[in-house]
Amino acid sequence: MHELGIAMRVIDLAVESSAGARVSRIVLEVGKLATVLPDALRFCFAAAAEGTAAEGAQLDIVEVPGMARCRECGGSVELSRPFGRCSCGNSDLEWLSGDELRIREMEVV
Amino acid sequence: MCATCGCSEAAHHDHEHGHQHGHGHQHGHGQAHEHDHVPRRVRLERDVLEKNDRAAERNRGSFAARRLLALNLVSAPGAGKTTLLERTVRESGLPVCVIEGDQATSRDADRIRAAAARALQINTGAGCHLDAGMIERALPALEPAPGSLLVIENVGNLVCPALFDLGEHAKVLLASVAEGDDKPLKYPHMFRAASLLLLNKVDLLPHVSFDVARFAAAAREVNPRLSVFQLSATRGDGLSAWYGWLRARSGQLSAPSRAAAGADLR
Repeated sequence: MHELGIAMRVIDLAVESSAGARVSRIVLEVGKLATVLPDALRFCFAAAAEGTAAEGAQLDIVEVPGMARCRECGGSVELSRPFGRCSCGNSDLEWLSGDELRIREMEVV
Repeated sequence: MCATCGCSEAAHHDHEHGHQHGHGHQHGHGQAHEHDHVPRRVRLERDVLEKNDRAAERNRGSFAARRLLALNLVSAPGAGKTTLLERTVRESGLPVCVIEGDQATSRDADRIRAAAARALQINTGAGCHLDAGMIERALPALEPAPGSLLVIENVGNLVCPALFDLGEHAKVLLASVAEGDDKPLKYPHMFRAASLLLLNKVDLLPHVSFDVARFAAAAREVNPRLSVFQLSATRGDGLSAWYGWLRARSGQLSAPSRAAAGADLR
């Protein structure tokens, strides 16, 4: 549900930084563990960009994998959902990556 | 021809276009003009939620300046947030004020005021969560007394509010036995974001097939650091533990080593 608000923030940030130029492409990093659905975001993006300097821009979503460190043994754990278990059996994990929601770069013309 | 710059494509376009060309108009071909039409890459590296997170940081400063214990109370709709707050206002012995978030109506704020606490209603309209800017704007109108407990009752929703930091000391998640005992696994983001889990409506346990042990195990699977209290906001079971938790956290804020207490709460 919040993807529309996220899409609008992405567009605002890009347009603010484009110095009046048209934004033709935005590269967005979305962590696999972020509470954001890429498909919903794409859907909202096209609608939210209408009438802005980013209208018609291409949205490239780069998915960042979820990685965590075990707080018990220090081992690294790959996460595909926002919880998991280390091979040592511990589920108290420190997230290292996967909750990103960041504009990496854009292209302007 | 290009709808954006008016140039003739044949004249100098030798690259892929990221935009749509409108062809509903005519203009002269071969007009001589020079400009850079190659897309230019701009490195941004900006967090999409940075505006919210900056407001949350300012809220943290406002809470600290007034020694407020600020809690973000989250749940699915109907778990009993407002009923719990009505009793908390009357019985906890703490000065309480409340920011109520709902899509519509001021019913919840009216209930809190009837329980004799200051309350401010925020209607989010189509919005599914409160954000830090809304809290920042609400604070001057609410004017919480120094040293009081500020409860921000979020919109009933177990998804979106997990993403938005309001500057609170802790997220308190209220679930009820009228819901499924597998909820922590279905909404893991919120259970992970919470510091305290309150299981409400335990007076209904004889009438529903809710397995408390299964629920607590699922919650700890998602968040091993989560404390779990069982209570009934209508019958009163378990409320003294909740009030004790509030008083302990509130007391830490007024203790001399305030910074250390604040760090402990995060």
